[in-house]
Amino acid sequence: MTRRFKALVIGGSYGLLTALLKLLGSLPEGFQLPVIIVSHIHSSDCGELADFFNERISIPVKEAKDKEPIQSNTVYLAPSNYHLLIEPDGTFSLNMDEKVSYSRPSIDVLFQSAGFAFGDRLIAVLMTGSNHDGVNGVLSVKKYGGLTIAQDPDSAECPVMPRAAIDAGYVDQVLTIDQLIGFLTTKVNT
Amino acid sequence: MKPHQIEALEISLLLEAIYQRYGYDFRNYAAASIQRRITRFLLSSDRPSISALIPEVIHDPSFFQQLLLGLSITVTEMFRDPLMFKSLRETVLPFLNSFPSFKIWHAGCATGQEAYSLSILLEEEGLNHRATIYATDFNDEALDVARKGIYEKEHIQQYSENYVLSGGKRSFADYYHEKYDAVIMRKSLKERIIFANHNLATDSVFSEIHLIFCRNVLIYFDRELQKKVLNLFWDCLPYNGFLCLGTRESLAFSGLEDKFMPVDKKYKIFQKKEIQ
Repeated sequence: MTRRFKALVIGGSYGLLTALLKLLGSLPEGFQLPVIIVSHIHSSDCGELADFFNERISIPVKEAKDKEPIQSNTVYLAPSNYHLLIEPDGTFSLNMDEKVSYSRPSIDVLFQSAGFAFGDRLIAVLMTGSNHDGVNGVLSVKKYGGLTIAQDPDSAECPVMPRAAIDAGYVDQVLTIDQLIGFLTTKVNT
Repeated sequence: MKPHQIEALEISLLLEAIYQRYGYDFRNYAAASIQRRITRFLLSSDRPSISALIPEVIHDPSFFQQLLLGLSITVTEMFRDPLMFKSLRETVLPFLNSFPSFKIWHAGCATGQEAYSLSILLEEEGLNHRATIYATDFNDEALDVARKGIYEKEHIQQYSENYVLSGGKRSFADYYHEKYDAVIMRKSLKERIIFANHNLATDSVFSEIHLIFCRNVLIYFDRELQKKVLNLFWDCLPYNGFLCLGTRESLAFSGLEDKFMPVDKKYKIFQKKEIQ
């Protein structure tokens, strides 16, 4: 059984940079599914993080812009100090709403909007991280029929975030980064 | 229909009901943000579904008022993006100085912090007596806060740091009086600000304006409404008039990219071009 997915959303905080380098670096150059990421690690970033990834991985990496249409074969990063949301018409929106779990951008906000926009054609992955942002987001994705994945907490640099989602009972699959790479390259990118 | 599509339908019907019953038009707001606000309101209101809000919204104006406040965005601070204010001080105010009098508009001013910031800036640059500042929002409750100019003391530390970074020439404490857990902005700062109700989605131009602030408001609109509002701004600016947007906002997708010249690319200050 294969589902046609429209996007992959990823959230994490502490340890995410290393995890993303491994994950994104292992995906094939022609990986089609748009990858949209909220990380808490770059609150004062002005685009340097995208440059950092572009020097190291083959899929193009950009900072998401307000009302920009989401393209395939692209990795998008949430800009600092704004929430990143996905619109049902397949574009991005930014907003300045209050911080969620002390975070802006917030994983919950991205995941909730992505669930509302793409329903069961979404994959959400919660990776290494040190707080509970993302747990409500995973619940929303699940509620709208999306596929929810948590990084195996035992393999995560910081297990708090994926553990919280798993304990809440909203996670479909628990995978190590290697298993996630295998899943994405064989089951999704067809 | 899938659950997310049913929810989108409910939202669309609710927004249509609000528009037809009260004239507030949220139909061209960015769907993702409006969904988030409605969902939050729904949780606090203890109703079973978004569509269950519709009959109450139609028949109970006070219930609608609560929802309206829930849909309004009031996150703001003084001298947010201090370096934008620095740029304004250095590049825009000297230009305004060439006018005997000029007008400034804060479109979507929420609780007014940015209007007071500008009032401070004008006073320090000796331009205050020549300026009229219009600060508008559709949220009357936020406008009341703005008119009073009373803010919680806990934010003052942040505002004060911003003020210093923006190139402030005095001590920020010169501009307010403290009482209990609040501060009230000095009265002279309010004298040149006119707070008024204006809805960018439905109201039109009311005056010629030399400098428009509309920061982090357009991101809440869809592309069509963004375009409409930017055209409205273009209409009320004289040639060489200025427009300030939020740091992650742009004129992209508006069709007006060529009609403005960037004055500060990083802090999104634009100037209306003269006819070629």
